[in-house]
Amino acid sequence: MSATSDGAEAPWRRLLRHRSAVAGLVVLALYAVVAIVGPLVVPFDPVRQDLGDILLPPSLAHPLGTDNFGRDELLVLVYGARLTLGLGVLAVLVGAGVGAPLGAVSGYLGGWVDMLVQRLAEIMLAFPTIVLALALVAGLGPGLRNVVIAVGVSSIPGFIRVVRASALQLRALMFVEAARALGVPSWAILLRHVLPNAAAPMIVQATIQMGVAILVAAGLGFFGLGVEPPTPEWGALLGEAHTYIFRDANLATFPGLCIMLAVLAFNLTGDGLRDALDPRLA
Amino acid sequence: MLSYVGRRLLAAIPTLWGVATAVFIMARLLPGDPARVIAGVLATQDQVDRLRWQLGLDQPLPVQYLDFLGRLVRLDLGTSAHYGDSVTGEIASRLPYTAELAFAALAIAVVVGVLGGAAAALRRNTAIDLAISAVSVVGISMPTYWLGLMLIIVFAIQLRVLPAAGADSPAGIVLPALTLGLLSVGLIARMTRSSLLEVLGQDYVRTARAKGVPPSRVVLAHALRNALVPIVTAAGLQLGALMGGAVVTETVFGWPGVGRLLLDSIFSRDYPMVQGLVLLFAVTYILVNLLVDLLYVAIDPRVRYI
Repeated sequence: MSATSDGAEAPWRRLLRHRSAVAGLVVLALYAVVAIVGPLVVPFDPVRQDLGDILLPPSLAHPLGTDNFGRDELLVLVYGARLTLGLGVLAVLVGAGVGAPLGAVSGYLGGWVDMLVQRLAEIMLAFPTIVLALALVAGLGPGLRNVVIAVGVSSIPGFIRVVRASALQLRALMFVEAARALGVPSWAILLRHVLPNAAAPMIVQATIQMGVAILVAAGLGFFGLGVEPPTPEWGALLGEAHTYIFRDANLATFPGLCIMLAVLAFNLTGDGLRDALDPRLA
Repeated sequence: MLSYVGRRLLAAIPTLWGVATAVFIMARLLPGDPARVIAGVLATQDQVDRLRWQLGLDQPLPVQYLDFLGRLVRLDLGTSAHYGDSVTGEIASRLPYTAELAFAALAIAVVVGVLGGAAAALRRNTAIDLAISAVSVVGISMPTYWLGLMLIIVFAIQLRVLPAAGADSPAGIVLPALTLGLLSVGLIARMTRSSLLEVLGQDYVRTARAKGVPPSRVVLAHALRNALVPIVTAAGLQLGALMGGAVVTETVFGWPGVGRLLLDSIFSRDYPMVQGLVLLFAVTYILVNLLVDLLYVAIDPRVRYI
């Protein structure tokens, strides 16, 4: 990326002044630590069940009580962080991996390619995200890999849009025109100039899409179409809790709180990043 | 104006066609033999073959595709594998429930969102403004399914004032409508706030104030009316999000609309029904967006189309 012009603050400084974004980043850092380290240090077998201890209320031994399989709810949630957040990360990688090149080609080449890609994005956007993901999972079947594909595919059009927009701006710039005049092939210009220059809007888009991806992936789990219980994915835990809601309200409270806080943190960070990376919008 | 409506309708046709084609391709990508799935595991090979012939699945793909489009134009979406009657008929009997829920939710979202957003804009940078932006971003981050469960716990289990599920009593709609509506409140409030703030800075608002128009009239007649276009857009686009949210909400509350029908059909592997419903959701979304575009002309006389 180009150096900041005189008088402009570095983006990370602007981000750190954004109080809600900092709060979001702190929560995300905490989640990342739990997701990475949690399963390593917690002495816990997520599928081991202890049917003598089901649906216990919170106590010293079990701070959040136990679930319908007799597992300690706190440990189950710690273990589930990696699954739910991991699903979000992988799905967004799929969406960016397919959407960014399509958007770059669409904006840079223009013409019928652009027409075609735009129609494609328009058609995909006509399906509500959760409906598209449900339809894909209905066809592919449940399971981790299929959830990643379904949620990833439904995040493609967003990435097409942002990368196309910055490719359109870039196409008109002098140095790109110079590169073209020197005979640099299109693929090299796309790879070396168009995609790196779309990095800032892509980071913002990816952060906000993480929130959506977590909501949808956990939603599939909630319906029993994602990662299946007893695997402790947060959405699947919430789906299980729905069954026991009249016996134990706690069980429905905590997994949802974990999901909401994660999505909230991504949204706050995304808003902050947008203001920091793109001062024109602030 | 009429020619504008006509042109917009014509322009929607390629998108509708693309959506239909996408649904056709998705249905054909399914693993396994659709005839076997629809006939069920207990059917004999003979029955499966007969069904394949009946459904036209023994024809080459292009023939199937043309047949699919031809029947679609006549609103024939095939026969439900689970209910036995036509997909269109079953959808038509469930659609009123979803429409009722969506409009109740939208009404909640618009009333609360516009009032909240206006309060935030008029009391800029006060505690009210801060609280409303906090509620907005929390609302956007809220998983619908969790909000639904929390409302059930508070109102149906602890306070015992509202039913937890079903559409049997008139009170049954309250919790699902609140769940669905609260999702959109945040976005509509945000849009109202920024749109109103922009209008309040305009010269004609200052003029109105200077010539002694009462403050309430300045806000209602001068500012809010002009701030309406982005608000209507946000509300209209929320109707798309509401349809996705309806799938979740109806399932959590056992509300007998098309959203719950979609999940039930996925579980009973009723593929003709799933295909029909997915198509319904996309087509509704396209038509709602079209309607919102056309509404501009009615709201804002400055918008004129040639």
